[in-house]
Amino acid sequence: MNEILFKFAAPQRFYPLAGRMIPFFAVLAVLFGAAGLWLGLAVAPIDAQQGEGYRIIFVHVPAAWMSMFIYLVMAFWAGIGLAFNTRLSGMMTTALAPTGALFAFLSLWTGALWGKPMWGAWWVWDARLTSSLILLFLYIGFIALQAAIDDPRRADKAGAVLLLVGVINVPIIYFSVQWWNTLHQTGSVSLTKSPTMAAVMFWGMLLMALAFWMYSIAMALMRARCIMLERERHTEWVKNLLGTTPHATRG
Amino acid sequence: MKARHQRIALMVGGLAVLGIIIALVLNALTSNIVFFFSPTDVVEGKAPQGRAFRIGGMVKEGSLQRGADGITVHFVVTDTEHDMPVTYKGILPDLFREGKGVVAQGKLGEDSLFVANEVLAKHDENYMPPEAAKAVDEAHARAARNRTAETLQQ
Repeated sequence: MNEILFKFAAPQRFYPLAGRMIPFFAVLAVLFGAAGLWLGLAVAPIDAQQGEGYRIIFVHVPAAWMSMFIYLVMAFWAGIGLAFNTRLSGMMTTALAPTGALFAFLSLWTGALWGKPMWGAWWVWDARLTSSLILLFLYIGFIALQAAIDDPRRADKAGAVLLLVGVINVPIIYFSVQWWNTLHQTGSVSLTKSPTMAAVMFWGMLLMALAFWMYSIAMALMRARCIMLERERHTEWVKNLLGTTPHATRG
Repeated sequence: MKARHQRIALMVGGLAVLGIIIALVLNALTSNIVFFFSPTDVVEGKAPQGRAFRIGGMVKEGSLQRGADGITVHFVVTDTEHDMPVTYKGILPDLFREGKGVVAQGKLGEDSLFVANEVLAKHDENYMPPEAAKAVDEAHARAARNRTAETLQQ
């Protein structure tokens, strides 16, 4: 098992594998997204209290889940990278960061659009919203820190330390609505009890979450492939792949 | 001990220490992190004195009164243990309803009347179609009637 893992952790083997997986995940993202939007926007009934307005939940909650989950995955890769000095881990964190930042922003943005008509405020400084904003800043900070250091190895290390320190924020976001009084309601879905929403609403949300997963994987793999070529441009396998020998390269 | 084991130990140890520090800081700052205080908190003196804070709870059933000018409202915020009368001049959010959650920001007057300058609606995490909500309400009403009937019989 370990041998297989380490075999595909080598960029020259991961590159073609990732290339074959991207279309698969992209197609699934479109299918799940279409089904989720159809269930959420057309099939699901209106909410007794919020009417049609609650439908933003089908983007808001999956985006918020993804923003937290991608951060956990990045922190996992950061830990692997620091412990084992693998080349792939730094590439994966760099590839995942923009998608995570996108979902963090999306969850804040849709939350504001939802908060104004329902709560009566675009933004409040309660624990859930504030810790979610910190998550967005962590993503932006990670991207900026990595971009500011020229040597990719050192950039990966600095970024990994930031990721690991920031991972404390994820359980704070998740449990903030239970630990403190917040304006944000507690979660409707958890692993331990049945969801407090109508079944068709729940399935719409789950399909959207799956669509976001597939989208994130496809985007991360695409970015990882670019990063691999860029970072390994001096190695034999990239030169063979691009059909350029050291003699034929100009500039 | 290999170098990589040392690095793993350092990471796990560092995260554990950091986690404990953050937990202690958050615990110490709880009164600043909470978004609102319940009427019981105010009675127990946990709410800040002499400055603005937020009060949260349910709008008590039947407590909403509109002033003659049309925009001043009086209502009672309750956490079922204690009540707090609130007065507010302005536009209420759409989801503001009796029996539903509310958070009001303002100051506590000397006559223990809370003068709010902002009122936010706090909705719960239950989402259901109107028919289901109606069925739940009717079931609650039936249960309440049955309890009353039982009490009368005794």
